[in-house]
Amino acid sequence: MTTLELRSVNRLEGDELHLDDIRLSLESGRLYVLLGPTNAGKTSLLRVMAGLDRPSTGRVLIGGQDVTGRSVRRRNVAMVYQQFVNYPSFTVYDNIASPLRLKGLRRAEVDKKVRETAELLHIEPLLQRLPAELSGGQQQRCAIARALVKEAELLLLDEPLVNLDYKLREELRTELRALFERRSAIVVYATTEPMEALVMGGHAVVMGEGRVLQSGPTLEVYHRPSSARVAAVFSDPTMNMVDVNIRGGEARTPAGLVLPLGGELADLRQGRFRLGVRANHLSLRRRGAADIEIKGTVDLAEISGSETFVHFRHNNLDWVVQEAGVHPLARGAEASFYLDPAKLYFFGDTGALERAPSSLPLDSAA
Amino acid sequence: MRLRYLALIVYFGFLLLPIYWLVNMSLKTNVEITSGLTLWPQNLTFANYVTILTDQSWYSGYINSFIYVAMNTAISLTVALPAAYAFSRYRFIGDKHMFFWLLTNRMAPPAVFVLPFFQLYQTFGLFDTHIAVALAHCLFNVPLAVWILEGFMSGVPKEIDETAYVDGYSFPRFFLFVFMPLIKAGIGVTAFFCFMFSWVELLMARTLTSVAAKPIGAIMTRTVSAAGMDWGTLAAAGVLTIVPGVLVIYFVRNYMAKGFALGRV
Repeated sequence: MTTLELRSVNRLEGDELHLDDIRLSLESGRLYVLLGPTNAGKTSLLRVMAGLDRPSTGRVLIGGQDVTGRSVRRRNVAMVYQQFVNYPSFTVYDNIASPLRLKGLRRAEVDKKVRETAELLHIEPLLQRLPAELSGGQQQRCAIARALVKEAELLLLDEPLVNLDYKLREELRTELRALFERRSAIVVYATTEPMEALVMGGHAVVMGEGRVLQSGPTLEVYHRPSSARVAAVFSDPTMNMVDVNIRGGEARTPAGLVLPLGGELADLRQGRFRLGVRANHLSLRRRGAADIEIKGTVDLAEISGSETFVHFRHNNLDWVVQEAGVHPLARGAEASFYLDPAKLYFFGDTGALERAPSSLPLDSAA
Repeated sequence: MRLRYLALIVYFGFLLLPIYWLVNMSLKTNVEITSGLTLWPQNLTFANYVTILTDQSWYSGYINSFIYVAMNTAISLTVALPAAYAFSRYRFIGDKHMFFWLLTNRMAPPAVFVLPFFQLYQTFGLFDTHIAVALAHCLFNVPLAVWILEGFMSGVPKEIDETAYVDGYSFPRFFLFVFMPLIKAGIGVTAFFCFMFSWVELLMARTLTSVAAKPIGAIMTRTVSAAGMDWGTLAAAGVLTIVPGVLVIYFVRNYMAKGFALGRV
């Protein structure tokens, strides 16, 4: 049982602050999903965790020991990059075997472990090939195998699936999730995709502009984002956000849309709010008696096969509605969509969460 | 289309004519060379080659040249590999200026450096040794090698270095077994350029040697004997001097363009 602890870690590169006061404590046997948009500092954070970069200030502790200045060679870490990084002049076998050989393991043992790991990642038939002779997905499998075989206490993955095509990504994602579940290491998995974070489960660490915005069990963070920024990051398509003024049981947008707030929302304080609703909580059909109908103009209907993303425009406000099934709506058509007030998020002036939908299940899977 | 072929043929004709003439001469007797125009040897003879390969005063020139060229190539690569790695991987104060300054070393004519080198080597007792010429040629070859190698090294993603460190490679082991195989084309091209510049350089090689390390180029310029000019032997020596270059070019022919672009293609 080891822990990785980051104490007020800052990292400056030139004049740019890449990491801003990171305080985290990660425990072994758990999966941490580092979620954030590009330039949020995910890679910088992983590099500091690995020991590839030194924090400008702050300390890194592994198992209570200060390792801030310790070189990466003397730490027990493994890393998978976004680009498929393998040793181009080694065969897949030698690639996977290299960390084991460097540890000084005996030949038979190396062979056994390499074959086991290769089998786990379904690249056993490719062991004698060079990385350049593999497809992108196979190359990344090789890189992941090399990281897994080492059995390091800290396994870092920096958007490992982002350069793969959609189908391969889904396939590898589910495989990886199963692989991580059996690990006793601290696994840190960086991604920009909320979907991926939800599939991976575990704990989520949401980042933005070099800061940790929120961390906790992934589902909990998803259901109760602590701020409007977290909600925006952890939502795909981005959460619909509207500024409203609440007075006398009604939320009023500057453009004149009025949303009656009944039931448990009646006790909300008066004043200005930022109101958020996920695209999948809006619907093209009325689903309950409390639903509020909003009429708008269709800007675009993106059909992704099993679902449709309809972009609405209503009095200079843009809304995205995610609806199951195929709904070919013409551009410029007038249509209605429905909003369930029970699914609304209310954020205060500073962006802090004031009210999350209580009807959502809050099972803590992690 | 046919015009293009014709133009190419004419072009190659002009290019190869001097070389043909050299080979032609090397297979003739001195009498035939001086007696008039013959397009190919009338009395084919290999006597000129036999002279060179058996006469110690001739073949020692080749041996001397090979020794200092090999020494120079080895020194240049050994020095330039770490230097190029540093330039390609690390940022330090003045790195850009230093990198450019290296190249300016090639801009000065060798004649400028002949006198100081001569005096210096005399003082240190290095005059007329192979290492003297090899070191002198480093003045031109090390900057060139650094430039070419830096280009090739920058083509290797930095993540490979980091992955190796994460895996636990020590720096020397990583450099020898992971990194060098990745830039072997660059090392080949660099070695070729070092070989070439050192092999054809005459001024310094001649000035810094007298007897013990006299290069073939110098021997060829001193072949006027009492019996007059030994044309045939001289031509044979010329042919033999071209051969190593041709062989080396053959091995790196696929990487030449990249080498001339200093690895930046």
